[in-house]
Order: sequence, then C-alpha cells, then structure tokens
Amino acid sequence: MAGLAINTDLLHRILVGFVTDEVHKVGVNKAVLGLSGGIDSALVAFIAAEALGPENVHAICMPYKSSNPESEAHARLVAEACGINFSVVAITPMVDAYFDLFPDAGNMRRGNKMARERMTILFDHSALLSALVLGTSNKTELLLGYGTLYGDMASALNPIGDLYKSHVWQLSEAMGVPAEVISKQPSADLWAGQTDEQELGFSYRQVDELLYRMVDQRLTREELIIAGFKADFIDSVYSKVQNSHFKRRLPVIAKVSNRTIDRDFRYSRDWGK
Amino acid sequence: MNFTATLAQTKPKLGCLADNLAQIEERIRLAVAAKSDLVIFPELALTGYFLKDLVPEVALQLDSPEIQRLTELSRSISIAVGFVEMTNDYRFYNSALYLEDGAIRHLHRKVYLPTYGLFDEQRYMARGERFRAFDTKFGRMGMLICEDMWHLSASYILAMDGAATLICLSSSPSRGVEGESLGSAAAWQQLTATTAMFLNCRVLYCNRVGYEDGVNFWGGSEYIAPSGQSLARAELLQEDAVTVLIEEGALRRERIFSPMLRDENLFVTMRELRRIERERGQ
Repeated sequence: MAGLAINTDLLHRILVGFVTDEVHKVGVNKAVLGLSGGIDSALVAFIAAEALGPENVHAICMPYKSSNPESEAHARLVAEACGINFSVVAITPMVDAYFDLFPDAGNMRRGNKMARERMTILFDHSALLSALVLGTSNKTELLLGYGTLYGDMASALNPIGDLYKSHVWQLSEAMGVPAEVISKQPSADLWAGQTDEQELGFSYRQVDELLYRMVDQRLTREELIIAGFKADFIDSVYSKVQNSHFKRRLPVIAKVSNRTIDRDFRYSRDWGK
Repeated sequence: MNFTATLAQTKPKLGCLADNLAQIEERIRLAVAAKSDLVIFPELALTGYFLKDLVPEVALQLDSPEIQRLTELSRSISIAVGFVEMTNDYRFYNSALYLEDGAIRHLHRKVYLPTYGLFDEQRYMARGERFRAFDTKFGRMGMLICEDMWHLSASYILAMDGAATLICLSSSPSRGVEGESLGSAAAWQQLTATTAMFLNCRVLYCNRVGYEDGVNFWGGSEYIAPSGQSLARAELLQEDAVTVLIEEGALRRERIFSPMLRDENLFVTMRELRRIERERGQ
C-alpha cells in the first residue's frame, strides 16, 4: 500500500526537530519516557536521544512481577544502543498494595492500574528532573483506543502519535532500533503471553491498511468494500474508533459562560513560545 | 532594473510581537549588510500563525509604533512583511505591507482565508477584498499571502494589473511524508513554477519554519525566474536566508520567447466571466 510506505529521512528530520523545538521552547532541555522494551518507546528513545543529546534523556523501565523478563532486557538494550540514562522502578509493591484491597479485580482493571501507576512515576520524574514526559502511543493505538486514558496515553509531547504502527516499523529500522525489538510480537505485557494482535483480533498491518484509507483518505464504506475489506472488519474498526473517541479529547465541560475553555476560549498550547 | 532580494526564512514566536520584531530588525540589518535591495518576510512574521484567540491581542494598527519602526527602516531597504492588522472599525486582517523609502507603498489583506483541514483563519479574521499591483523602485509588483496563490485568479489579476514580480508571503505547514519529497513542499514548488511560467512573472516565495503545537512549517523559500525555473531555494525545515540577484534581462528575454502574457485576451476573459456571473445569478 503506497500510502503506508514513508520517506523515513524526511520523517526522521521532522520528528527530531519536533522534540528539540517543543522541549526547548518551554525552557527545559530534558525528557523522560517509559521504556517498555517494545518498539514504540524504543523509537521515541532514539528520536529523543538525537534531538536532545542522550545525556538529557531519561528512560525508566517499570516492570510488574508478571512482566516478561525479556521486556526489561530489551529496554536495557535500547537504552544502551542510544546511550540514554536508564533506571528501573518496579511497580509491583504499589500495584499489589492496592489490589490487596480489591483481590477480585480482573485483568482490565489491573492493566489500567499498572499503566496509571507508571504514568505517576513518569510525571514525578518530570518534576524531579525538570524533564518533559514523552508519549509513546502511535496513531493505530490512539485511533483504536488501545491504551489507558491517563495512563500510557498521558504525556506532554508525543512524537509518534501521527505514525501508524507500519510507519513505526519502517522508521525504527531506518534509525537503527535493535532488530530483536523490531521483530518481536507487539505486546502490552500486562499478563504472560499477551499479544496486541491476539487481543485486538487482527494484525497491525491489516488494520493500518484499513485505517489509512478510512481516516487519512476518507474512503466511504462502499469504497472500502470495493477495495477488498470485509464489511464486518470495517464496521468493527469504525466502532472502535468511534467508541474510544472520548480518550482522545479533554474532559467535557458544561458550558455556562461566554468563554468556555477549549470551546470559545481557544489558544495554542505554544502560546507565547 | 536589476535588484537583489533577500528571502528571510524566519521562525516567529507565537504571539510574541516584541521578540518577533527584534528578530525581523536583525534580519533587516543583515540584509542591508548584504547590500540587498529588498527583504521579504513570511506571512504573519510579526506574530506567528496559530494565533486563534490571540488575534486581537497581537493586532497592529497601521500607525502603531511597530509598523512605524519598520517603515522607518525601509529608508535603507525595501521590506515586505506579514502581520495582523486591526482597522479603526475593529476588523482583523491577515495582512502584508510593502514598505519603501520610509513609506507604506502597499497594503494587501489576505483574500482567501483557508478554513478547512488544519486551518481556521476565517473564524478569527476578516477577508480582504482586492488584489492590486503597485509600483516600487524595482518595477511593478503584486503581493499574495499564502492561500491567495492557490487561486489562479489572484495571480492572474496581479499580472494583468502589470505586476512583473509576485511576492508570496507564506506560513505553509508540512504534511505528506509518503513521497520522495515533502508533499506540501512539492505542491508549492509546482504551483510557484507554473504560475511564473503561465504569467511570465518572477515569483519570490518566502515561507517560515518552526513548530507550533506540533505543526511544522517547511521553509524552502524560493526565487522562480519568469521561465518557471527555480534559481534559488532556502533550506528545508530550518531558519535560513537567501539573497538572489533578480535580473531584468531574464524577464525581457522570457517575454520575447514566450509572449503569453502579451497575447492574453482580457476582453475575451472578461466577457466570458461576465456571462458566467450572469448565468450563475439566474
């Protein structure tokens, strides 16, 4: 699919420039990010290292006791490959302390809690280090809502939020992300053996092809069917996008005044920067 | 006559008039030092682009100290610069000034305010209503602001009004990373070259750089000769300045080789446009 093939040189330049510019303009020179051992955070680490200098990037690996040990090993490998600072903060004590109160909680609640626990650690380090938190959610995840609101979706800046997973693979290869990180099965690593594609019920390649046409090219349902996509696949992806839209927006504010934040009180975030 | 022009590819700070004015003054100083005759700045160089509700806060009246200061500086070099203009009746325009010899030679108010995709200009600004060519020390010129140039009629009117130089001030965001070159840059390069070629005009295109809320502006400011050939291009995605010699002879030769502008039949165009206008009104 032509649209999913990208000019990695150009993309590389734009994203490195983005991190440099948007971090420096708020008056800091550092960034902090969670490094999971997966490809998305690995790519962001590489971009940030180049944009800010590896000494100004702090990666934190935050495993839970059920996390695959390979994840931490891969996170370490990525940090070494791009020369950034690396530390490990295990979330097991805090997460377990909480779920001792709610022992019946299922996987979803536990997964969300872990993602939000990690978020609080990153934002605490943001204050500790005077560093901005970099987001690592890609466009595929953001559109499908495959992320935890105020958890892994929380950040100050997200360099890869407009890149489909297919783009992440290409750019990661071009930027020298370690091969074992690129080639492994994407996983949220919330429980043993979990993979994204198994949980979602389709492959990233398949859904990227569909999302690119549906979202970027605005093909109609009929055009998508003619292009070879199954109607139930189209419908299920469309409803995932629709039903997760709340995750991509600020909380809804009840309007009572003439100037309501984000409705008729509108400023860029880079106001004065 | 021959003259030199500098395309000052700046990176404005969003909503920071004083900083941007200082930046512009410094670029003017450098252009004067480089013995340039004309310096061109991007669209909204004094304010930045995604202003939204900041529009009234950064708007300037033509008699404001900032505009007076730039007008004063035009005694040593001609200046084309973009800003938000506020009129006495409190309309806000995305405007461009051409300043020369200590006077305002021309004011252009952007006519085509893009309000689609990532653009929302017409929510915040009033629409200009004219395209007029104007005389300068370096011949007759016309000014366009970014989206204006995507309307064939705008460049056409200016050329028919005698402009031999089209100045386009731009804040064009980067998008499209699928191809060999940046999508929006490739589209603009095609547009400026084609416009120059169709109208036997030279085009001086000045685009900004920098990021605003994750959107970046690609730069690539350019001088296109009347043949449609690009003779100088500034860096992509970074601050830059290019100074170009604009040769009168190239215009003369092109107009002899390809006299399309001479042969353009204003009478036929007007008659047909009036007919279309009449028929649409029915």
